[in-house]
Amino acid sequence: MSFTVGLLVVTFLASLGGLGLFIWSMSSGLFGPESAASRVIFGVKEIGLAEEPAAEGVSQQNELQATMNRTGHTGEFSVLTEEEADERLRQDASGKWPVLLCVGFAVAWLVAASVFGLMASIKLHMPDWLADEAWLTFGRIRPAHLNAVAYGWCSLAAFAVALWLMPRLLRTPLVGSRTAAIGATLWGLGVTAGIIAILTGHSTGLEWLEFPWQCDVPMVIGGTLMGVALLRTLRNRKVEHLYVSVWYIAAGLLWLPILITVANWPGVHFGVQQAAMNWWYGHNVLGLWFTPIGLAAIYYFIPKVLGKPIHSYNLSLVGFWTLAFFYSQVGGHHLIGGPVPGWIISLSIVQSMMMIVPVMAVAVNQHRTSWGHLGALRYSPTLRFVVTGGMMYTLASVQGSIESLRIVNTVTHFTHYTVAHAHLGLYGFFSMVMFGSIYFLLPRVLDWEWPSPSLISAHFWLVIGGFAIYFLGLSLGGWLQGLAMLDAARPFIDSVVITKPYLLLRTLGGTMMTLGHLAFALHVAMMLGRRGAERRGPTLLRRRSYTPSAASVAIGGSRA
Amino acid sequence: MKGEAQVDITRLIAGALAIVTFSIVALVIMPYFLTRTTETPIKPAAYTDAQLKGRQVYIANGCIYCHSQQPRDPSIAPDQQRGWGRPSVPADYVHDQPHLLGTMRTGPDLFNIAVRQPSRDWHLGHLYQPRAYLTQSIMPAYPFLFEARSGAAQPGEVVVTLPPGAAPAGVRIVATPEAIALVDYLLSLDHSYPVRATQTSGGAP
Repeated sequence: MSFTVGLLVVTFLASLGGLGLFIWSMSSGLFGPESAASRVIFGVKEIGLAEEPAAEGVSQQNELQATMNRTGHTGEFSVLTEEEADERLRQDASGKWPVLLCVGFAVAWLVAASVFGLMASIKLHMPDWLADEAWLTFGRIRPAHLNAVAYGWCSLAAFAVALWLMPRLLRTPLVGSRTAAIGATLWGLGVTAGIIAILTGHSTGLEWLEFPWQCDVPMVIGGTLMGVALLRTLRNRKVEHLYVSVWYIAAGLLWLPILITVANWPGVHFGVQQAAMNWWYGHNVLGLWFTPIGLAAIYYFIPKVLGKPIHSYNLSLVGFWTLAFFYSQVGGHHLIGGPVPGWIISLSIVQSMMMIVPVMAVAVNQHRTSWGHLGALRYSPTLRFVVTGGMMYTLASVQGSIESLRIVNTVTHFTHYTVAHAHLGLYGFFSMVMFGSIYFLLPRVLDWEWPSPSLISAHFWLVIGGFAIYFLGLSLGGWLQGLAMLDAARPFIDSVVITKPYLLLRTLGGTMMTLGHLAFALHVAMMLGRRGAERRGPTLLRRRSYTPSAASVAIGGSRA
Repeated sequence: MKGEAQVDITRLIAGALAIVTFSIVALVIMPYFLTRTTETPIKPAAYTDAQLKGRQVYIANGCIYCHSQQPRDPSIAPDQQRGWGRPSVPADYVHDQPHLLGTMRTGPDLFNIAVRQPSRDWHLGHLYQPRAYLTQSIMPAYPFLFEARSGAAQPGEVVVTLPPGAAPAGVRIVATPEAIALVDYLLSLDHSYPVRATQTSGGAP
């Protein structure tokens, strides 16, 4: 006992000490309301200029700019010079094929995952529906849903954002576009093979790690190829400062292969230790892969659309290191009450609470940046999705910290409440941010405006409405389920019966979300096929197909 | 000025690696040494081939997504009062690869299902149609683990005894080898043997 307590104290002190060291090393010379690094995403005189490729034509772009002019940004110059626009065109187009491959695969997996999820949800209140086929049984459709979401939709969308954003952040074209395209294809093939393996009964049985190792191999190689292209781009950078999004993306790319390799190492993990490893991985793939990419997108798109640097660059770096430090150890809170050494769980609970530090850093930064400009959300689809996603990040993280406390966890553990929480993180936060990012980047990559603003609206309101029903219903149902399970006087079946109306609500919400995804997928398909009337207004950086010498630059709403 | 970014990259890589290493040490390597028992305990017994085959059926059909295998301490939850067994300890899982601790209790904990429900007939029938035994159950039926046969009985077939009305008239429901193996595994889930004091987990500090 004294050994475990001592260990805990040492770990805790080491984590605090290490954190202090990092903040000290990071902050030297960086304090100040605004630093040069926060301006690195803008052209020399660009601050004050709103950029929103997903705006509905000239009028909406002008409205957005007018909102920003009214609500008082610094508005120093608001001009993107022709040379800068020219360079940005080249950066935006440099990763065209890998980005399109990633987006295409991602959206296809989003639709498939939604169908899997919806089927699994229906099966929980109609258990005899489609029960005759082994591959359609709940226990296979459910992991197919999780893996299609995590490795199909979310990871490929993350790669798309990373591949498109890094050239912009580093002001240099993507190096090795073909390598990255091969990587994206390999990743997509690995995921396809993995889902087939799960549906045919070849799952490994470990949550979040269900794919057999044969399917992990092409994914690891593919991910490495995309990572290599990005690291080569990083070496080729033309910027003096690394914007905070670069930190997040580069670290995420470094962490992902380490996580996958350690978790899949053959012949080492078994029994209780494997359970500890399982949740170390399960939580770190969220904390050290999806969260960094999602935050990188938030830190880029909010300032960029508004034409206003983030509130505090230094705070964003504090957020980065604290996130990395605390989040990487929270996994054990999935085993509270389980047969694992108490110190693992205590360590994870402590670090879960410490997660409030990075979450607040992000929340303060994000809200201080967008506060006062919420009117801009009306005119910018990108902002609408990304700001919503950012708010959900704060909510999901605070909820996660509270949920790790023993008193709360005792009720919520083993219930649908946890499922609702997981969706708040990976859907409410991450997927929403990815939707917004794709709305921004696809017009730039394809040189084509979104054909149907009403499809964007339908997408937004369907997924927001559907998710609200899903989340609130399932959280309440899960809580009641937990209370029923803790009451020894009630038979176990009570905890099942009490959830039934809420499981129906989940199917209702899930149906709306799926319809929203279909609208989104249809819209992306229309974009890829260049459907719709030709509207190449000033929301695009140019009017004609790109020719480097004769790029004609038009900037909507500019006061220049 | 590119130098400053270079320092940033060095910090980034060093810091990121240090952090992830720390977390691997804390949550993967230390548990590896601390939960690894040096001598194999007398109990639980290693799985037989039939039980291992059934364990694969359990994994392939995702039983883990609704059933946990980790009764909690009476001070936390009334698991023991529900007949799910004493709190489990690391030594209970020495033969488990992969582990099947689970994270959901849409259905009850199964760590001691063989103690609660030792009947092979009950398990086979319940897998064929859970609602024939408990009308409110939301557990999936697994008809694909069974065959409906008519005509002369074949040697060696295991016919499932079902409550009246649970199967179509005129046929008999025969368990496939997968169903029999799965029940073999379920009937191996008996961890009611006592635990030596030294085997208990660290407990909550």
